[in-house]
Amino acid sequence: MLCEICKKNQATVHYTKIINGKIEELNVCEECAANSGEFSFDNPFSFHKLWTGLIEGFHDNKQKQSVDNLTCSFCGLDYSQFRKTGKFGCSKCYEVFEDQLVPLFKGIHGHDKHEGKVPIRANKKVANERKIEKLKVRLNELVQKEAFEEAAKVRDQIRELEKSLGDNRE
Amino acid sequence: MAKWIEGNGQYKDVVVSTRIRIARNLDNYRFPHKMSVEESERLTQEILDVMKNIPSDVSYKFYKINALTLTDRIAYIEEHLISPGLIQKPDHSSFLLRDDEKATIMINEEDHLRIQVLLPGLNFEEGWNGINQIDDFLEGYLEYAYDDRFGYLTACPTNVGTGLRVSAMVHIPCLSMIGHVDDMIRGFNKIGLTVRGIYGEGTEAAGDLYQISNQVTLGEDEEEIIRKLKNVIYQIINKERYVRDDLLKKKRYEIEDKIFRSYGLLKYARKISSKEAMKHLSNVRLGKEMGIIKDMEFKQIESLMIEIQPGSIQRIFKRELDDNERDIMRAKHIREKI
Repeated sequence: MLCEICKKNQATVHYTKIINGKIEELNVCEECAANSGEFSFDNPFSFHKLWTGLIEGFHDNKQKQSVDNLTCSFCGLDYSQFRKTGKFGCSKCYEVFEDQLVPLFKGIHGHDKHEGKVPIRANKKVANERKIEKLKVRLNELVQKEAFEEAAKVRDQIRELEKSLGDNRE
Repeated sequence: MAKWIEGNGQYKDVVVSTRIRIARNLDNYRFPHKMSVEESERLTQEILDVMKNIPSDVSYKFYKINALTLTDRIAYIEEHLISPGLIQKPDHSSFLLRDDEKATIMINEEDHLRIQVLLPGLNFEEGWNGINQIDDFLEGYLEYAYDDRFGYLTACPTNVGTGLRVSAMVHIPCLSMIGHVDDMIRGFNKIGLTVRGIYGEGTEAAGDLYQISNQVTLGEDEEEIIRKLKNVIYQIINKERYVRDDLLKKKRYEIEDKIFRSYGLLKYARKISSKEAMKHLSNVRLGKEMGIIKDMEFKQIESLMIEIQPGSIQRIFKRELDDNERDIMRAKHIREKI
């Protein structure tokens, strides 16, 4: 699709405007979009500005250069592009950029490890491991409270799960 | 009427709807913003093939965005059945809508899959169970992008982990009347929750409706995220109810006057903008919530709040309408419904 303003470049910005109930659709190239002044690309608190600020704080200039060259072989995205857009190109990017992601995720979520649902098919093992971790915490609490009978039950559950993990490994 | 409004939900005097969505991606495809049209079609076909295995008691209809008129696209957003992000790249995106309209599977929004369940009132349990079921079904056939450490992998780092966004749409006219909403928003931000307008991220609040949702998706499990949000929603319900009671005690005539003026205006106006209509519908809803207005149902008011929007009103009258015509037809439609 060609840009509706200059009619020369490829339209890469697709834009639906609803003002006072009036719907208008625009398909323009980046250049015309920037010139039209319709788009507030320069909002100082836009997601991208905040994002760039967040991610750039992690590296000094020297590190930055070597990190920027990390490139995902599946989708072709390199780290400098990721830094600009704040979006991964594919699931493989997570492996390629792995070392950079921990501080980033901590910045966004306050955590760097998934605690939620595990796909059943993909990983029964992880689900059990996580269950064991949680039960161990519970066991400690119970022991502290001297609720030994309850604690014994939890201990048995842990043993059961550990046994099933062991069976899987064999 | 949007079908999802039908049905019972709790705390309807404050909570309009509960929405839960998860983001999922497939391995071996680039994320939607990097995809060619051909690649997006291949992925769409893979998902449609999987949907053939869905149990026979449920059925979904498939819609391609580029096959819908612009008016219809907007109307689906106004009904909250799809997100504004889904219509940004019409040639890539599509969605599957369950017949009861309470579940949508969006294909190639920001992620390959965005699954949402939408229910009236406060209803996180049913919402989460519903989502979980659809997720488990799809997972049985698709190779999800999942990592032991980071969880479900998403295009944007703000969704990684559970990919879960839980939200409740609340109607809080009295908290807003006494000027407490800004404080509330600031407080929520501090505990990892966000407040958005009625169509999600970056949209404006209208009719004293606010969407409150979790921000953090990594490091907390789904139950925890839901529990946290639910506790906050309970607090909002209590506060809003308290202020309502207080206002009724101290300013009964002023409140009743405000509500019935809005009711009268909606009943007799010959021309009305969507903004003005939202304002008065919000007052009428408050009347219903306070037991002052007795001859209207919640679902009637909620449907009107959707039907008066620009896309929906054009869909109802089955033609394109300019600003002026829309204001006239909107007033006509409201008069017929009240």
